[in-house]
Amino acid sequence: MVQLALSDDILMQVEKPARYIGGEVNAVVKKKEEVDMRIAFCFPDVYEIGMSHLGIQILYDMFNSFEGVWCERVYSPWVDLDAIMRRDNIPLFALESQEPIKDFDWLAITIQYEMCYTNILQVLDLAQIPLLAKDRKDGVPIVIGGGPCTYNPEPIADFFDIFYIGEGETRYQELVALYRKCREENLGRKEFLRRAAKLPGMYVPAFYEAKYREDGTLASFSPTEEGIPAVIVKEIEMNVSDTYYPEKPLVPFMRITQDRVVLEIMRGCIRGCRFCQAGQLYRPVRERDVEMLKRYAVNMLKNTGQEEISLSSLSSSDYTKLPELIDFLIEECGKNHVNISLPSLRIDAFSLDVMSKVQDIKKTSLTFAPEAGSQRLRNVINKGLSEEEILKGAALAFEGGWTRVKLYFMLGLPTETEEDIRGIAELSNRIAAVFFDTVPKDKRVNGKVQIVTSTSFFIPKPFTPFQWAKQCTKEEFIEKAYLTRTAIKEQLNQKSIKYNWHEADTSVLEGVLARGDRRVAGAILQVYKKGAIYDAWSEYFDNEKWMQAFAECGLDIDFYTTRERGMDELFPWDFIDCGVSKEFLKREWQKALKEETSPNCRKQCQGCGASRFGGEICSGSVERSLAAHSRGCFVENF
Amino acid sequence: MKIRIKFRKYGNLKFIGHLDVQRFFQKAVRRAGIDVAYTTGFSPHQVMSFAAPLGVGLQSNGEYMDIEVHSFTGSRDTVERLNDASVEGIEILSAKVLPPEAGNAMASVAAAGYTVRFREGREPAFDWKECLPAFYVRQTIPVRKETKKSIVEMDLKPGIFRMEINGDSIYMLLDASSSGNIKPAMVMEAFLAEHQDSLKENALCITREDTYTNIGTPDAPEFVPLDAIGKECSQEEMIEEMAEEESAG
Repeated sequence: MVQLALSDDILMQVEKPARYIGGEVNAVVKKKEEVDMRIAFCFPDVYEIGMSHLGIQILYDMFNSFEGVWCERVYSPWVDLDAIMRRDNIPLFALESQEPIKDFDWLAITIQYEMCYTNILQVLDLAQIPLLAKDRKDGVPIVIGGGPCTYNPEPIADFFDIFYIGEGETRYQELVALYRKCREENLGRKEFLRRAAKLPGMYVPAFYEAKYREDGTLASFSPTEEGIPAVIVKEIEMNVSDTYYPEKPLVPFMRITQDRVVLEIMRGCIRGCRFCQAGQLYRPVRERDVEMLKRYAVNMLKNTGQEEISLSSLSSSDYTKLPELIDFLIEECGKNHVNISLPSLRIDAFSLDVMSKVQDIKKTSLTFAPEAGSQRLRNVINKGLSEEEILKGAALAFEGGWTRVKLYFMLGLPTETEEDIRGIAELSNRIAAVFFDTVPKDKRVNGKVQIVTSTSFFIPKPFTPFQWAKQCTKEEFIEKAYLTRTAIKEQLNQKSIKYNWHEADTSVLEGVLARGDRRVAGAILQVYKKGAIYDAWSEYFDNEKWMQAFAECGLDIDFYTTRERGMDELFPWDFIDCGVSKEFLKREWQKALKEETSPNCRKQCQGCGASRFGGEICSGSVERSLAAHSRGCFVENF
Repeated sequence: MKIRIKFRKYGNLKFIGHLDVQRFFQKAVRRAGIDVAYTTGFSPHQVMSFAAPLGVGLQSNGEYMDIEVHSFTGSRDTVERLNDASVEGIEILSAKVLPPEAGNAMASVAAAGYTVRFREGREPAFDWKECLPAFYVRQTIPVRKETKKSIVEMDLKPGIFRMEINGDSIYMLLDASSSGNIKPAMVMEAFLAEHQDSLKENALCITREDTYTNIGTPDAPEFVPLDAIGKECSQEEMIEEMAEEESAG
């Protein structure tokens, strides 16, 4: 049994010591003398969150399938242990071997949301790795970042040696080989990074320089050396049916946020909602073969003993073989008392039928995400969901016995008016009315319906048509939430509607980090030095510290959030080619302002540029010509 | 049919709590392919019951859980399968068939035996080995026990069934029933308090050696390990027995 890094005294002192002992079912333990590369894979948040993430499981499985490589996990120590480790100078360790990360070859960090940026610094700091990449000498682990936030890596560029842009399945084998070669030839850190920068998908910030105009916008962004690519094309796994996927996912001892087997049925989304970053980043849509999914479902359940399986994708209803897969799972899971959870399904007769088969409708609520309160604004954001569809879906659901409905909206979307905001209240009210119209009095459970209306604040994200949009100020956000609340209170069925809204402070900050440039790194470092960690946790988020840090670094928050961006502005993330062209995003932005919708990928190709990857869905000829056109524009533009 | 499973929990897994152990076994039983029975209703769960919860930080050589199964592949095979599905830190020791009239594991618990040792440097200031026998023969050992609602006075003495020194450690057999459960640390606190001393932070290493049921009377208890009332059984014996029962019935 492995010797734990923490003493009994410490483990007895901290909350949930099971976070730090490793040894879970399906954890990979290799013999140290049989491996020559040690990788620590980190999710910079607490264990329960990090362990719930599918991507880390996929890459953990992949790295450990490489000969001579041992990949272990590390998560952010919770605040109680954080304090003890600082006090006693205990180096951060990996769960499997319990050995210090600072002795590893690589520290790979997945970056899933902006509010974890200070936790990245926490992990580096506790691992006793210099926070700034430029201060790291030979022998210090190579710090690699990946995940959705790395599509604008600039605010955290100073902290990373390499960013892997895109999907992890494709290039790590090459990067491992390159690392081994450089190590063998004793070429040193800098030379390894120089060569890594020339591999597809790798962004090594040290070899790029950003210059700014007097107004603060980016003047140029270019490599500092010959041979370093000016544009980095995202990596993408086109063969999703024959690639790495864990057959033996980890099974934690303690309860975690997503405590179930996760079956990723497809990547990408055909929908093209204009606020959605994932919908653009993961283009083109790629479905996994249904036979592969069946096989994995059976094996994963067998190897974990989990009692629940969840389908994962951006829009499961769009998976073409969904009925076949669900029939199989109902049959298979029914035998073994396994629950099936089906998030991100469109509410229609088919999905309601399926859900009534697999869930206890008395206990579950149905979720609709209209995102905007009026049809006009739903057209602006290209959310292809009409009021009629929502009301029809709700009526079907109420007939089926559901009495709880959750509604998700965004406040602060481009072009939003008071009218649109009132629409949120009115739509909530109409859904409640549908209940009273549909369900006869004697059949109403407890006599009532519960509508939970939630709003979040819209934050423009890179690589979306709304990347040019101005974000609302904190005051505007609060006013909008207040208006929503007042409007709901005025509704006839207001007693059936519960309203939740999101914190405005965090949304402002997320906006800065999402569309920030390299200069923002200074503020992140500064706020970390003031003690900020776990910003994603409202009980630890301290807005005041952040505001001070920005002020001390001479950064203007409004420059990053509420500023109107010109159509020709060079963005900090423009050197990344995420597959869709800037020209396409511009077209979509202009259509949005004209309240025009775009059909989904399956109906009609919009020439986004992702067809070059050769996806099945993109095989139409129209796409090819349009894509060629837009690619041309993109190159010129860059 | 009810199967009583005995396991030990050791090493690093002493840091996982009782609920985690329950969740671990729910999944281990499925991985092992045991034909466990489920409750009926919309969210069925395994028919499974655990004897006495073990606190975080304690190791144990004698933990028990009962499961209800539809079919049984024999004691040895069941132990093997569960161990294959287990991890380092939880070892399945036996799987015995319970007589139909046996009460469930939790209700059956009457006592538990513990080995208690002081961590190095955290021994009391006085000569504890010298003083312990006198403590054990006291007529009453009154202590104040803090509950969520209030502080209650209680006497530990009737719940201490045995206490002896083995080298550097103390063995104690304590009441572990749901109504009178006594933790080893409570006893040690009372002992040290008698000598104007108190336990240092995390001073004790505690191993539960076994969990017992009472087959005697409340006044003249006879403690046997919880699985003494079950029996080892192969699959063939099981089938035979069931056939016999059927013909007799």
